[in-house]
Amino acid sequence: MTTETVIRIENLRFQRGDRVIFDDVTLDIPEGKITAIMGPSGTGKTTLLKLIAGQLVPDSGSVTVYDKNVHKLSRSQLYVLRSRMGMLFQSGALLTDLNVFENVAFPIREHTDLPEDLIELIVKLKLQAVGLRGALELMPSELSGGMSRRVALARAIALDPDMVFYDEPFVGQDPITMGILVSLIKKLNQSLKLTSVVVSHDVKEVLSIADFACVISEGRIVAQGTPEELLASDSEYVKQFLRGLPDGPVPFHYPATDYIEDLSC
Amino acid sequence: MLNYFHSLLFTMGKVTLGVASSVGRGALFVASLVPALPYAFTRIDLLVKQVYFSGVLSLPIILTAGLFVGMVLSLQGYNVLVDYNSEEAVGTMTALSLLRELGPVVTALLFAGRAGSALTAEIGLMRSTEQTSALEMMAVDPLKFIFVPRLVGAIIALPMLSMMFIGMGIFGGYLVAVGWLGVDDGAFWSQMHAHVDWKDDVVNGMIKSVAFAVLVSIIALFQGQDAIPTSEGVSRATTRTVVHASLGVLGLDFVLTALMFN
Ligand SMILES: Nc1ncnc2c1ncn2[C@@H]1O[C@H](COP(=O)(O)OP(=O)(O)OP(=O)(O)O)[C@@H](O)[C@H]1O
Ligand SMILES: [Mg+2]
Repeated sequence: MTTETVIRIENLRFQRGDRVIFDDVTLDIPEGKITAIMGPSGTGKTTLLKLIAGQLVPDSGSVTVYDKNVHKLSRSQLYVLRSRMGMLFQSGALLTDLNVFENVAFPIREHTDLPEDLIELIVKLKLQAVGLRGALELMPSELSGGMSRRVALARAIALDPDMVFYDEPFVGQDPITMGILVSLIKKLNQSLKLTSVVVSHDVKEVLSIADFACVISEGRIVAQGTPEELLASDSEYVKQFLRGLPDGPVPFHYPATDYIEDLSC
Repeated sequence: MLNYFHSLLFTMGKVTLGVASSVGRGALFVASLVPALPYAFTRIDLLVKQVYFSGVLSLPIILTAGLFVGMVLSLQGYNVLVDYNSEEAVGTMTALSLLRELGPVVTALLFAGRAGSALTAEIGLMRSTEQTSALEMMAVDPLKFIFVPRLVGAIIALPMLSMMFIGMGIFGGYLVAVGWLGVDDGAFWSQMHAHVDWKDDVVNGMIKSVAFAVLVSIIALFQGQDAIPTSEGVSRATTRTVVHASLGVLGLDFVLTALMFN
């Protein structure tokens, strides 16, 4: 590929207690493309995004964003870097004491001195894009899960960042909204040259827009490549995951002792 | 028996380690908070909001409590003083008790229950719903945005609440002594005026109040920050805030009193 790598993850290792979440993960995320990250629930996709954003610190290995080692930056340098990132949290993570409008306006107010009418314009544009311009006045507690996530998406792109991380953007969306969000992510990526990282279980949707995809499981990257390559892969693992079959090498269970043994005690 | 002893030792060790590590985390928390303090004054909007939340909203409980405490002090004082024919001194006694001890201490205790617990719950919930993470991702430092305005807001609010508590208490004392028990109006005020010293009584009381504000709000903020981010964790942290802050206020009061009035 001719594109530049913006996010370079090298030999990343991360543990929670005794549980190894990542064991020697190496991954390049290309600039201006949509990269899909897939994997079974609980493998550490959210954790990976937090490691990239410098919210968690790896036990070893490095994450480089724009040629800067994220975990070696000072707090203020990290904040400068983060102002170029947008993150859609899996839970939405809206500020509960502000209404929808103020939530989306929040990063704009904190980081710019734009006049009020301009802020209003930007916020309405962003909310229109996620179909919630009519919900301006609602408080986060009055939104459904899917709506909160869309407001959070509007907030993540409020400042037109260079990179956006979407953690499960399609969860809780109806088929129509999902289609709109899929094309919104694609459109943002194309028009703004946004580097996008999409974590999702919705294999069909995410692969339809991704330029590049990887599957992680049990602390390792088990497959990576273009969507076509993944779909054509003859690895049992990839086939099982992409088709959602119950039997195969991908574990459905959190690591545990033998089931029969456990029940017969 | 040996087994019992063993588990006792184990528990003691575990508790000691737990306390030591939480004291350590607390110290680190304070150390990170102090350099960020000046930022409180760069964001007056946030500061005003916090003074409103922890100060203005605590007013009803503080004023009511002040009134009753003053009334009780005056009634008890009168009953003792009347035996010595010096019931005019009841004003002095009420004012001094309030200014030196009860005003700062009771206000701080009420503040810990009313505003301190709310601070802990708020921050604990912000963490459990990832709002603090979201702030960090938006390049907004939670230290400057959440913690510092709350700390400084409490330091501004508590001494003022304390003064209002004292004012209300003296008024309650006046009602009981002069209005009900028939103490001479002029003597009540003039005795008080003659015996209350600006520096010894008023200023010292306010110094106490500021110290309590720092203590209570740091405990409340730290417990919120340190809470396990679940509903159970937050509810436990809230309880800890009230218990630790109340005991802390009483202990610190003894130390300050010994330093000031000895
Ligand atoms: N705060 C935490 N403390 C301890 N362990 C955690 C914590 N957060 C997550 N984990 C563990 O880390 C692992 C990875 O979690 P993560 O949230 O990254 O998974 P995920 O891949 O995003 O899953 P999902 O698809 O369900 O969102 C999980 O097994 C979880 O048990
Ligand atoms: Mg996740």
